[in-house]
Amino acid sequence: MHSNTSDLLHLVPADFPSAWNRQIEPTLINHEQVIAWLETDLDHQLHFSPGLIVITTRRILARIAGDEHWQAWHYQPNMKLAYQDHAGICSIELSDTSARLARWYCTLSKQQAADQLIIHFIRLIDALDTQAALPAKGMAEQASSNQNTAGNDDSSEAAYAHHDQEATSTPPSTWTLFRLWRFARPYKWQLFTGFMLMLGSTAAALVPPYLTMPLMDNVLIPYQNGHPINVDLVIFYLSGLLGAAIVAWILGWARTYVLARISERIGADLRTTTYEHLLKLSQAYFGGKRTGDLMARIGAETDRINLFLSLNLLDFATDVLMIVLTVIILVSIDPWLALITLLPLPIIAWLIHLVRDRLRVGFEKTNRVWAEVNNVLADTLPGIRVVKAFAQEVREIERFRAVNQRNVEINDRVNKVWALFTPTVTLLTECGLLVVWIFGIWQVSQDHITVGVLTAFLAYIGRFYLRLDSMSRIVSATQKAAAGTKRIFDILDHVSSVPEPVKPVHLPAIKGHIELRNVGFRYGTRRVIQNFNFAIEPGEMIGLVGHSGSGKSTLINLICRFYDVTEGAILIDGIDIRSLPIADYRKHIGLVLQEPFLFFGTIAENIAYGKPDASRKEIITAARAAHAHEFILRLPYGYDSLVGERGQALSGGERQRISIARALLIDPHILILDEATSSVDTQTEQEIQGALDNLVSGRTTLAIAHRLSTLQEANRLIVLDHGKIVETGNHAELMACQGHYYHLYQSQSRSPDNEESSVEPGNLSDIRGNRV
Amino acid sequence: MKLSEYKLERNAFGRVVAIGKDQIYESVIPVRAFPITAADEGVALVDGHGHEVAWIDNLVELQESERTLIEEELASREFMPEIKRIDKVSSFATPSTWQIQTNRGETSLILKGEEDIRRLSLATLLITDSHGIHFLIRDRLILDHHSNRLLDRFL
Repeated sequence: MHSNTSDLLHLVPADFPSAWNRQIEPTLINHEQVIAWLETDLDHQLHFSPGLIVITTRRILARIAGDEHWQAWHYQPNMKLAYQDHAGICSIELSDTSARLARWYCTLSKQQAADQLIIHFIRLIDALDTQAALPAKGMAEQASSNQNTAGNDDSSEAAYAHHDQEATSTPPSTWTLFRLWRFARPYKWQLFTGFMLMLGSTAAALVPPYLTMPLMDNVLIPYQNGHPINVDLVIFYLSGLLGAAIVAWILGWARTYVLARISERIGADLRTTTYEHLLKLSQAYFGGKRTGDLMARIGAETDRINLFLSLNLLDFATDVLMIVLTVIILVSIDPWLALITLLPLPIIAWLIHLVRDRLRVGFEKTNRVWAEVNNVLADTLPGIRVVKAFAQEVREIERFRAVNQRNVEINDRVNKVWALFTPTVTLLTECGLLVVWIFGIWQVSQDHITVGVLTAFLAYIGRFYLRLDSMSRIVSATQKAAAGTKRIFDILDHVSSVPEPVKPVHLPAIKGHIELRNVGFRYGTRRVIQNFNFAIEPGEMIGLVGHSGSGKSTLINLICRFYDVTEGAILIDGIDIRSLPIADYRKHIGLVLQEPFLFFGTIAENIAYGKPDASRKEIITAARAAHAHEFILRLPYGYDSLVGERGQALSGGERQRISIARALLIDPHILILDEATSSVDTQTEQEIQGALDNLVSGRTTLAIAHRLSTLQEANRLIVLDHGKIVETGNHAELMACQGHYYHLYQSQSRSPDNEESSVEPGNLSDIRGNRV
Repeated sequence: MKLSEYKLERNAFGRVVAIGKDQIYESVIPVRAFPITAADEGVALVDGHGHEVAWIDNLVELQESERTLIEEELASREFMPEIKRIDKVSSFATPSTWQIQTNRGETSLILKGEEDIRRLSLATLLITDSHGIHFLIRDRLILDHHSNRLLDRFL
């Protein structure tokens, strides 16, 4: 970029948008260089239209749609470029000390570039303020190299964004089913065997009608003409019939068994793979999906695919084989009659195609509405206490009835099309038979064919159209399976927004040094955290303080890597956590949540959740340290008592102590307490606090607590407000400076539900009693 | 605290007394930590308030006399019949009355629903009857064929 071949190249970086190139060049004066730019996509009335803001070595230039000329502002000391976003729109304001000079808008997709623009701007203004004589060229170089790295970031971001927006509204194509091949490949030889068996059994099933031909021509017709019946010949033909039937039976059984076995395995693989993939997706994915829907996908959809593979597809393949073989036989007997017989086939094929599209959309709708029924259940049943407490049973029943009604209506619509379909096929079959009769009788009367041939044809055709009829059923099954497959692959195709590193760095042991560097995070269009910078020493306890919504929990989620930072980096012992294998990294973290979740199982299993091979001794030691041992012994089955859903009822404090024991057992280096004592009363909190003290010692700890009193032992408190750090320091320091923390603390100690409001604020030793 | 710091005795009221160097605990109760998965491993002696007085890693470590004392005490408090055979079930739909033989004799239980049969491990099942009594099937694989066939209908 910095070759000396042309002056022009100096002025405008190579990656500058070419559409603007011609317009910007005449504007630049006296070797003015472009440093950074932002392509805006909104005008002042917030209509979509392109615009450009450019930062050069001397000025800031802007041209928004509708502007005839470039607007320019020369840099002045104390000039400010500020960025704000709200509801998906970023606004950038340029102001000097006295007034706002300009304001521009863009959508959030430009946010990264906007940040870069502001960083460069600030750097330039700073340089102007401090040392006016800084050589412009050096600065430009530095700036453009920064721009380069920013550009790289942009492209990877863009890739993510693109993936998220991938359209999912098109109806699933039948081709989706071929994606299942990925799961069928391991069984390809078994599949081949199954296919050969199918070929054999189908062929065997076609022998009996063929034998009717000689039976008729060589036995019955001669008898009618006065010849005696040839018993040997009859026995020969009839035993042929029986033999063929038995062979067809055996092969048919083997075929169905082999193929059903394979499809069962494919279905199981599909389910497990989907579940495995699902569990590895980030927290963000689960935030946006409803449990009922996901459960339906993994349960019902895979079952439907399985059914399709083991029954419908098998039948269909048999049908196709049967038809092909029948056609071959018919043509070999009499080509003309065969032609007449096959006449209705294209009509039926066309009919199938016609109905197909309508059914496809219909079946996808039924799937969706079915998931909706599940969603209502999954919403209501876990929240049954709330429903009952507010006496909303009738409303919930009504909601369910409404969804169910929709289910019925959509199925009605599908059934209407479907109901017409089968009778039509039957009618065409009858018509086809009629045609064959007419043509056949005429041919017999002309002595072109024998009666036996006509009989054989009629016997074949009976089967043939029967097959066609059952083949038409495959349409609905295929569509259902294709819709199901698509919904499964929706999950499988979803790339985790917290990706595993390509080249993982392994950290066998960590010290627990955490550093946040310029961390920013946005959830959807809302900026939750911005410009976080702080470091936590190993073994230090940090308290996070702030109003709800100030970004405390988000920060914890970022450190646990439930989400990835949008900007900046989080480093553990100097290594970016994104370069560590996720599971390895999380093993170092102990998490105690506000609402402890106990799985269905024994208490011992729940404590050992993070370390399933823990010995009984370790479990007991952890439980003792968590002050849980004694209450566990009081339960009828001690550590073998069942807890979790449908299990032993435990109080909030007891559950919390079990979850503390769980965290203690894995002996983590980093400990995160997310409102660990918020949902229990003061008495219980004291018991838990004792357990927590055991837990905290010697570990890097991050604690969130609504009650400031619980954070008294923290080495440092970080006060957050609207996603920014506003104060840091220990309790005494923060009280002394009378800032945010002071006011928070004051409002808590003054709140009316505080029993011990006489406590002097600021006196550390008394804080413990001061619980709201 | 190890049990060796205490002397165990049964007093005139039939209660177990733990006598330490400077403290005497009247009526301590032995409690198994893992009554189902490891009955003999981990037994705690707790006082009347549920506080732990002493901990025994394994009953076999104890002297004969103390072990007998604790086992007697445990036996008098534990009631979890082990099902040895299922003779008859009234129906395969719940609620269903089962005629069973347990290690504590023949009895019947009423199963309210299939969900009252809990799988503790692959072969161990815990069945809660309508009165809340727990019946244990320690290893369903060693049950006889008839019992297993009946049981299988509920799993």
